[in-house]
Amino acid sequence: MLELALDARRGIFHLNIECRFASEWTVIFGPSGAGKSSLLRLLAGLDRPDHGRIAMDGASLTDSARGLWLQPGRRRISMVAQQSALFPHLSVTANVAYGLGHLDRTSRAARVKEVLELVDAMNLAGRRPQELSGGEAQRVALARALAPQPRLLLLDEPFSALDGAASDALLARLQIWLSQHRVQTVLATHDATDALAAGAEVALLRDGRLAALGPAPMVLAAERERLLARLGAR
Amino acid sequence: MDWQALALTLKLAAITTAILLAAAVPLAALLVLGRSRWLAALEALAALPLVLPPTVLGFFLLVLLGPRTAVGRAIAALLGHPLAFSFSGLVVGSVIYSLPFAVQPVVAGFAAVDTALVDAARLLGARSVRLVLSLLVPLARRSLLAAAVLSFLHTMGEFGVVLMLGGDIPGATRTLSIVLYNQVENFDYAAANRTAGILLGLSVLALAAIYSQGRFRGGRRA
Repeated sequence: MLELALDARRGIFHLNIECRFASEWTVIFGPSGAGKSSLLRLLAGLDRPDHGRIAMDGASLTDSARGLWLQPGRRRISMVAQQSALFPHLSVTANVAYGLGHLDRTSRAARVKEVLELVDAMNLAGRRPQELSGGEAQRVALARALAPQPRLLLLDEPFSALDGAASDALLARLQIWLSQHRVQTVLATHDATDALAAGAEVALLRDGRLAALGPAPMVLAAERERLLARLGAR
Repeated sequence: MDWQALALTLKLAAITTAILLAAAVPLAALLVLGRSRWLAALEALAALPLVLPPTVLGFFLLVLLGPRTAVGRAIAALLGHPLAFSFSGLVVGSVIYSLPFAVQPVVAGFAAVDTALVDAARLLGARSVRLVLSLLVPLARRSLLAAAVLSFLHTMGEFGVVLMLGGDIPGATRTLSIVLYNQVENFDYAAANRTAGILLGLSVLALAAIYSQGRFRGGRRA
């Protein structure tokens, strides 16, 4: 259970949101500039809100009233962004093992193998990021994020460089793995198909505000009606 | 040719460069990653030797490290001799004088590292020291190399600080630039040409070695 009550200003952009994400999978859906990436960065602890609280399973990660702000690396939260951000001087294996310093060598190797197999990237293990295609880099970035077994996984349009079939197959395998490891997932996307495929629960974000929160088919159908009505009004 | 002065100059430049690199990495990391509003003042202080005349810096250090100040007396009691007019004093002066030539390239190199990589490392649990050693240093290695070369060459050619703080003591503080000054003052232009030629040659060689290294590795951005 993820609880948030946030108020953050970045220049003229103002994000103000208060809600609970109770589902294993929540999709934050909205157009570009709605505040999806800003929200994920606040959840990850990469940015601090001006005011507000973020709590996971009852424990606060950020609480401005108490002056509490947990470092990103201490939240057990992983994030995969549209830009894969692989470390260019390290091999695929070293990239995936980067967050596993607390494990001994054998456990580390086993964990790297497990997540690379999950994303179908074992054949890339010895390569450097510069030798990967966009889709391969995104799969490796996903493996790197899963390796530390986070309790919350944040995905910011992570499948944009994968073709449809590969993306669907990966998403299906990923959902099983996340469910087995009890990892709550929040996926940000502006693609309604991705939102429908992935989300049990959809949070509709518009201009930095939560416009709707509920089951994916219901929220997306209502948004479709709203957009059609707007087109008709013109 | 004054081989003693050449050896002393190379020793001074090598020690100064090693100290500067060890200081520049954490200082640059603090300037790039830190959030405190006081960092602007620290950055200005680190850049001050760029605009301060070397003789002024040398004079301040001479006074500070001399026997008339508490700092100077404390150091003299600790080392058994005053820092002014000693090789150790030259090292202190050189480190301060060449500080911006080490810090600025490293700051530029660290700042050029993609913030998405820094965010990814932080999310994977990297705290300050690991972030610097496992990510910033390897990705900014060419900037570190540039900092080392600039610090070395700048120290080799320094004159005002050396003369003010160290004077002209053979084997202790007489560097090649002091030798060159003495030769010109004595109208020994043939010897001055040789000394200046050595300083010029060493500078060109060091720079050529750095630039050729980048090219051997496959281009300017390797």
